[in-house]
Amino acid sequence: MTKFLSLLQDGLALGAVYALVALGFVVIYRATGVINFAQGGLVVFGAFLVYQVQFTWKWLGGGGTWPGWIVSALFAMVCVALVGAAFEALVLRRMIGQPIFAIILITIGLFLLVEPITTTIWHNPPGGLQTPFGLSTITVSDVKILQVNIATVVLGAIVLGVFFLLFQYTKIGIAMRATAVDQEAALAQGISVRRVFALSWAIAGAVAVVAGMMLAAGAGPAPGLSVNLGLIALRAFPAIILGGLDSPGGAVVGGLTIGVAQVMTGGYIVPEVPVLGAEFADVVPYLIMLGILLVRPYGLFGTREVRRV
Amino acid sequence: MARANRAMVRSYADDLRLFPTWTKRVGLLVLAALYLLVPLYIDDLWGSVLALAGVTAIGALGLNLLTGYTGQPSLGHAAFIGLGAFVAGYYGGGRFADGVGYDFPLFVYILIAAVAGGAVGFLIGLPALRLRGNYLVIVTVGLVFLALYLWKKWTTFTGGNQGSPMPIKAELSIGVWSIDFLKPTVFGKELGPKQGLLYLAWGLVAVVALLIKNIARTRPGRALQAVRDRDIAAEVVGVSLFRYKVSAFVISSGIAAVAGTLYGLYLGYLTPNEESLGLVLSIQFLAIIVVGGIGTIYGSILGAILIGALPRIIDEFADSFPFVTDDPAKAGFTKGALSTAIYAVLIIVFLVLEPRGLAGIWRRIQAYFKRWPFSY
Repeated sequence: MTKFLSLLQDGLALGAVYALVALGFVVIYRATGVINFAQGGLVVFGAFLVYQVQFTWKWLGGGGTWPGWIVSALFAMVCVALVGAAFEALVLRRMIGQPIFAIILITIGLFLLVEPITTTIWHNPPGGLQTPFGLSTITVSDVKILQVNIATVVLGAIVLGVFFLLFQYTKIGIAMRATAVDQEAALAQGISVRRVFALSWAIAGAVAVVAGMMLAAGAGPAPGLSVNLGLIALRAFPAIILGGLDSPGGAVVGGLTIGVAQVMTGGYIVPEVPVLGAEFADVVPYLIMLGILLVRPYGLFGTREVRRV
Repeated sequence: MARANRAMVRSYADDLRLFPTWTKRVGLLVLAALYLLVPLYIDDLWGSVLALAGVTAIGALGLNLLTGYTGQPSLGHAAFIGLGAFVAGYYGGGRFADGVGYDFPLFVYILIAAVAGGAVGFLIGLPALRLRGNYLVIVTVGLVFLALYLWKKWTTFTGGNQGSPMPIKAELSIGVWSIDFLKPTVFGKELGPKQGLLYLAWGLVAVVALLIKNIARTRPGRALQAVRDRDIAAEVVGVSLFRYKVSAFVISSGIAAVAGTLYGLYLGYLTPNEESLGLVLSIQFLAIIVVGGIGTIYGSILGAILIGALPRIIDEFADSFPFVTDDPAKAGFTKGALSTAIYAVLIIVFLVLEPRGLAGIWRRIQAYFKRWPFSY
């Protein structure tokens, strides 16, 4: 039981990160109909910007203090949101109406571009980012719970909560939903579809920063700060397939499921069957994805595509 | 009565002709002459660049059948490339020295690769029937990671983390005439392995291009394009979606595996990891057909020459840039980073300026000369 609970906290933290990345995919997909392969790149870029503020500039005492930590996060979120919106406005907007392969490939190009840029600007990063709680733990009846993991889940819940409030109750949220349903009808109602597109990219960027900084601070099975965070973000793909490409709620359910399943596999199945090797846990999300697609091709909560002749 | 222009299509047979105009026939002769002569005089560096371009062109032609003609996007090509390469290592005698595998001649292991690739493609094609567009892209991304895991763990077939040496000879004999593509003697001149691979790779490019052109211009090709344009409508007029989607997967994967065996021969030694057989390789193939022009055969080949050779050319000339360093601890681009960055920027800029790729540029040039001296 102790083992189960300690794995569960890792899994939920990883799942919260997946849910955040998946939410970024879903927001952009709903608004623009494009799968943004660069989401992983935004995660990496955000994490390194946080590092810049915490370690190089040391604003308000660096990331070890509460004000320093919050300000580093906010700064990186604003920057990456601007980068996302600028990329949409300057590059992707010219591609509206062009073949979908070309658009997908452009986002892949952005993804490829992030790695050389980050390794060039930030060579020799430290092992991980700072947080006010460091690696301290809380012990609840024999189970040591990393405070970082709790913070990740709480932070994920806050970000998702804010997003849902924005999406359901504000004017701009309604505009985003209207655009997702029908772009032309939204335009006719006086909604600026352009602004919705840019805003979707900005939201995806800001959410990606939260995912990146928590991953690099040691949430889940800690990978540390490196460009490989982008590959971890690619594992959020199974989460959106599980939940459905166009369902924000599905992104959360899918992310948590995939995260817990991955960590549980690493904790229970891999030690029992050593032939599989430690990498097996990393491919489990993709295996789940294949299984789900055979049963429900549009995910658990995705809209079934209506096709006309 | 004035004679109609030779290029004008007047009957169905005209439409089917492979080389309808004199310019195209002369162009074919020029290409054939280049094919025979270039490997004799090319140096090792450019020989290997062009050989790699040929190998990627084969894979790209296969992907183009699936993505360009049938409309099924795939980022899973790296999995089939890996399969083909390890088939070459296992059946072509690469690992024979370690007492593993077989020592079959070139013809046989290429055939094994094609059949194995086709069989795996069939298995992938079945679930893919239920998926379209974006969903299919994501699933094929998963395929790359699953395949990579399999290559690392299936030690008997791939050598696991240590990797697999590739065949040291690629002999083809027809009757009394025989040639070893890794150490060929052409017109009494002994050539190196890169020059030999030029013959093998570009010869196969011609075969595969002809195969795909023949598929595309006949009944199955029209069925595939109907599936691409509107699959439900295609089904209504009697095109079996099951048959054509799955066969597109089978043929495309088989060709990819053949390209994989040549990729193995080109590398000489293959270790399964993120750099050699990861997502970036798949991305490269998709980039080739999109930059070249989706659904065109010459586009895939031109795209392969441009993109397949690009990282290698940048690597070769990176030293002449002042801000490039080899020391990762110092400020400035490393060679690898510069290569990736230029590659990524070129893809983005090119597609923003010309979303229809090189084929789009070529069509505009053609149209300009056809209507000359009028501008429209």
